[in-house]
Amino acid sequence: MKLKTFPGGLHPPDNKQWSAHKPIETCALPEELTIQLAQHIGAPAEACVQKGERVKRGQVVGQAKGFVSVPVHASSSGEVVAVEPRPHPSGRRLPAVVIRPDGEDAWIEDLTAADPHSLAPDALRERIRAAGVVGLGGATFPTHVKLSPPEGKKIDTLIVNGVECEPYLSADHRLMLEEPERVLDGIAILQRALGVARALIGIEANKPDAIALMRKICAGSAIEVVPLQVKYPQGAEKQLILALTGREVPSGGLPMDVGVVVQNVGTAAAVADAVRRGQPLIERIATVAGPGIKEPKNLRVRVGTPLAHLVTCCGGLSGEPAKIIMGGPMMGAAQLGLDVPVTRGTSGLLLFREQDLPLRLESPCIRCGRCVRVCPARIVPTAIAACGRRDLIEEAADLGAMDCIECGCCTYTCPAAIPLVQAIRQAKGAILAQRRKI
Amino acid sequence: MATSSLYLSSSPHIRAEQDSAQIMRAVIYALLPACAVSVYFFGPPALMVLIVATAGCVSCEWLCQRAMGRPSTVADGSAALTGILLALNLPPHSPWWLALIGAAVAIGIGKQVYGGLGGNPFNPALVARVVLLISFPVQMTTWHGPAPLLSGVDAVTTATPLGEMKTAVMLTGQLPPDLQGRFGDYFLGHMAGSLGEVSAAALLLGALYLFWKNILTWHIPVSYLGTVILVAGLFWWIDPTRYPNPLFHLLTGGLMLGALYMATDMVTSPVTGRGMLIFGVGCGLLTVLIRLFGGYPEGVSFAILLMNAATPLIDRFSKPKKFGYVAPG
Repeated sequence: MKLKTFPGGLHPPDNKQWSAHKPIETCALPEELTIQLAQHIGAPAEACVQKGERVKRGQVVGQAKGFVSVPVHASSSGEVVAVEPRPHPSGRRLPAVVIRPDGEDAWIEDLTAADPHSLAPDALRERIRAAGVVGLGGATFPTHVKLSPPEGKKIDTLIVNGVECEPYLSADHRLMLEEPERVLDGIAILQRALGVARALIGIEANKPDAIALMRKICAGSAIEVVPLQVKYPQGAEKQLILALTGREVPSGGLPMDVGVVVQNVGTAAAVADAVRRGQPLIERIATVAGPGIKEPKNLRVRVGTPLAHLVTCCGGLSGEPAKIIMGGPMMGAAQLGLDVPVTRGTSGLLLFREQDLPLRLESPCIRCGRCVRVCPARIVPTAIAACGRRDLIEEAADLGAMDCIECGCCTYTCPAAIPLVQAIRQAKGAILAQRRKI
Repeated sequence: MATSSLYLSSSPHIRAEQDSAQIMRAVIYALLPACAVSVYFFGPPALMVLIVATAGCVSCEWLCQRAMGRPSTVADGSAALTGILLALNLPPHSPWWLALIGAAVAIGIGKQVYGGLGGNPFNPALVARVVLLISFPVQMTTWHGPAPLLSGVDAVTTATPLGEMKTAVMLTGQLPPDLQGRFGDYFLGHMAGSLGEVSAAALLLGALYLFWKNILTWHIPVSYLGTVILVAGLFWWIDPTRYPNPLFHLLTGGLMLGALYMATDMVTSPVTGRGMLIFGVGCGLLTVLIRLFGGYPEGVSFAILLMNAATPLIDRFSKPKKFGYVAPG
C-alpha cells in the first residue's frame, strides 16, 4: 500500500533506536525549579508571586496577559526563592519564578474535577486555557486560541499529530504506547470543543506498534489512524494537513483556513488532564538522547527542571558536550549551557560531542538542485539564500522567503555546506523589519 | 558547566554525508569504465590524451588560483573531472599539445574567469572542445578506427559513423547501405570517434552507478534521449533511406556521453525538475537538427552549449509551484 505523504522532504537517519524501546521514567525533582514566564507563543505571563512566598504544586505563579497568552504554574510545592531573569531556551535571560521544592510535592487544593461531556465548548476552552495548555510539539501555541476559530471559519477536521518526524525523539511514540487512553480522551474533548466529528491521527509508519495500538483503541469511534510515509518534515503542520486531507493551507494562512485544527498527541493528553482533573500543564515527556549522553531515556519531567538534572537522570555525560540542543536535531535550538530549564515546549534534549558534529567548510553552490527537490514549501532555497546574503530583500520576498517553514531540509542536504535555511531566516527577519517600518 | 566550548550555530544540527568533493569523485569513478574501454580500443594514444588533459586541467586550476591569490580548490576534484570529460571529447590520436591547449581553455576561459566552481555558465569541457574544433579542424576531425589492444590491428584513419552518414547524404542523398547494421559494435564501442563517444555500454554502466548514488536524476537523460528518439524517429518515418533510425542516433557520436555526463553537469543545467526536462528536450531537438541538417556531422556539443546559455532563463520560468498558492478546497 502506498503511504500518504507530501511532496519534497527527506529521510535523515532517524536514530530513534536508542530511546524508542525505553518506557517513560519519571525524573526526580531537582533542587531548584526555574519556571520561565515566557513558555508559549504570545505575550509572556506576568509573575503574581513574590520572593519568600510558599506555593503549592499547580498554583498559578504567572498570569496570562491577553488572549494569546496562558498562565504558568508551579510544578511542585515549595518556596519562591527568586523572581528574576534566568537563562531561557532562547539564549536570553528572561523573567522567571524560581522555586525551591519542599519535597512534599503537595497539590493546590482548589483543583476541580469535571465531566467533559457535561461541559459546553466555552467551558472546555476555559479549563484548557486556565491549565496553561500549549502545543507540545514544540511550537507552544496556546491551545485555547486554536480551539477558538473566528466566526465564519468552519472547522470540519481535527488532526492529531503523532508523526514525530524529528530524528532521536521518541517522547510522543512512548506516550501513544503507554498512555493511549489519555490521548484518546483528549481527542474526544478537542472534538467536542471544536464541534467536529472527524478526527485523524497521523503517525509515521516507523512506529507500527503505536499505529496498531491506537487503531485498536480507536476501533468503533469516528477517529481514524493514518500511517504516513517516513519522511521529514511529515509532522510540520501544513505538510501533515496536505498528506492527510489533500488540502493546502494558503500562503500566509492558518490551518483553520482549510477547515482543520492540528494538535499534537502530547497536547491532547494535557487537554485530558486539564479538563478531567483541572490539572495544569506542569510536566511533559521529553527524550534525552544523542551520542553525548550515557543512557538515552524518555523522561516524564517537571517544567522548570534544569537540563543538567536531566543529564544526571540519564547516567551523566558521555564525553565533553560540544552542542546542547533543545528539541530535535533538525529544528531544535542550540543552548548556552545546561542551566537552562525545561519549558512546556521541550520535546527533547540532545547532546552531541565535537566528533559528532558536521563541521564542514562552506564551498560554492554547484547548483545540484537538491535543496529545490527536498523543499516542502516548494521554493528555491539556493536562490533565496543568495538574495538574502546580498541584502536583496525584496527579491528574496518575491521568491517566497516568507513561505519557508524553516525545516532545515535544504541545509541538511546541501553538498556545499551552505547555510541555506539560516540565510533564509535572516532574509525573513529583514523582510519583517522592512514591513514594520513601512 | 564548561560553557565556553559549545557550538551555538542554528538548526539543522545534522547534515547529509555527501559533499561536493564526493560528488565529483563519484562522477570520476563513473567515467572510469568508459576510459578503460577507450584505452582498450585505441591503445596508448588514448591513455596519453587522458593523462595530458587531466593533468593539464588540474595544473591550470592550480596556476590560475595561485595567480589570483585565491585558495586552491584542486582537492575538490572538479578540475580533474573536467580534464577527463575533455579527454573523452577529443579524438584518441590527438597530439599532446591539442589536449594541453584544451585543458587551458577549459579551466582558464571556461571556468576560472567566471570565479571558479559554480560560477561558469557553460560546460568547461565543451567550451574547450568547441574552441579546438573551430581552431584546429584538421586535428579535431582526424579519426582512427579502433585497434584493440593485443589484437595486432593497426589503427587506420577512417570516418565516424555520423561522418559517414553526413558525407553520403551530402553526396548521394542516401544513407550508406551498411551503416545501420553494426549496432552491436556501436553499443560496445567498436567504432571510430572521440574517446568517450565509443562505448554506450560503459557510459550506461557509470550512469547507473551515479543514479544509485543519488547524484544523477532521471530528468535530463530521459528527456534528452527521449526527444532524440522521437524527433529522429519522425524523420526516419518520413524517409528511411535518407534519415537513419533512432537507435543509430542513440549509439553513435557523443550522444550518450552528452546526455548522461555533459548535459547533466549540475553547474550549467537548471536546478528544478521541470527546468531539467525543458533543458533535455531542447538539447535533444537541437542535437538531431544539427546532425541531420547542420554543417557538422555531430551536434551534441553545440546543442548542450546553446541550452547552457538558456539555463538562467529556464530557471526563471520553471520555478516550482510554491506551497499554498492554490485555491483552498
